[in-house]
Amino acid sequence: MQITVNGEVMELPEMTMTVQHLLAHLQMENRIVVVELNQSIVHKSDHAKTGLANGDRVEIVHFVGGG
Amino acid sequence: MMNSDESKSLCIGPYRFQSRLLLGTGKYPNFDIQRKAVEVSEANILTFAVRRMNVYDPAQPNFLELLDLNRYTLLPNTAGAENAEEAVRIARLAKASGLCDMIKVEVIGDWKTLLPDPIETYKACELLLQEDFIVLPYISDDVILAKRLEKLGVHAVMPGASPIGSGLGLVNSLHLSFIIEQSEIPVIVDAGIGTPGDAAKAMELGADGVLLNTAVAGAGDPVKMAAAMKLAIEAGRMGYEAGRIPMKRCATASSPLEGMIR
Repeated sequence: MQITVNGEVMELPEMTMTVQHLLAHLQMENRIVVVELNQSIVHKSDHAKTGLANGDRVEIVHFVGGG
Repeated sequence: MMNSDESKSLCIGPYRFQSRLLLGTGKYPNFDIQRKAVEVSEANILTFAVRRMNVYDPAQPNFLELLDLNRYTLLPNTAGAENAEEAVRIARLAKASGLCDMIKVEVIGDWKTLLPDPIETYKACELLLQEDFIVLPYISDDVILAKRLEKLGVHAVMPGASPIGSGLGLVNSLHLSFIIEQSEIPVIVDAGIGTPGDAAKAMELGADGVLLNTAVAGAGDPVKMAAAMKLAIEAGRMGYEAGRIPMKRCATASSPLEGMIR
């Protein structure tokens, strides 16, 4: 399956089927991040039950220094 | 006359803060200096920006993750947004973290001056208030816009002293005074502060707080400057509460004119 994460097109391994799997695949599962799937926010409690599909656009954001 | 509790704390929406210094977290030389600067500033509110994670470097250190989040209230901003829609999208992402419900609405209208777009800022505030955010818009020193936003229901207004990161200090104290005098909600002077004197001056005008970042992060010694800003803001506030003397064009002797030796 091919999806776009933060503007980068990536090929996901077979078993990466949910938002939770994606965060684990990217080694971000323990970070403070917020996920948006096709411009809708996926709350943390829904990460495990939200499936990914070919062509999805995912944004994974975090808090950075700013004024 | 304010009671002592009210004069000591900054109330924004349902929240109450001891410190009137709101500190930005951008552009510090390193996390160690930043951590010390935040500590000595005694700020309760820290601002952050919302950005994409680097998918190729998931281990990148993150300042927020190093903080004791029980000690600070996060004020994420919508920096980078050019219209209301983008600002609302960023605000929703910030709130979905579950860490905060305050938002600094920052919609830039011009990339040379980084001055805010008043129309898009107003629209964004309107939408975010409907979604129960605690809304703090960054605005220029526009007296009427501040009034309109207050009427709309925002929880504080944050007029700039001068352009973001410029360090020019208060370029239009008169307009800031007008905003402060008319407002029933907190007025936080945000952007353009260069020195402790600038911060003190803003507080002497009656501002409820000062938000600054570059003045500390870019100082020769950010930790010392953070301490200086804390003192300046306290001094300025006390001066405001004490009530300054009127300005006069001519001298008035401080020493008695009677009883002189002739």
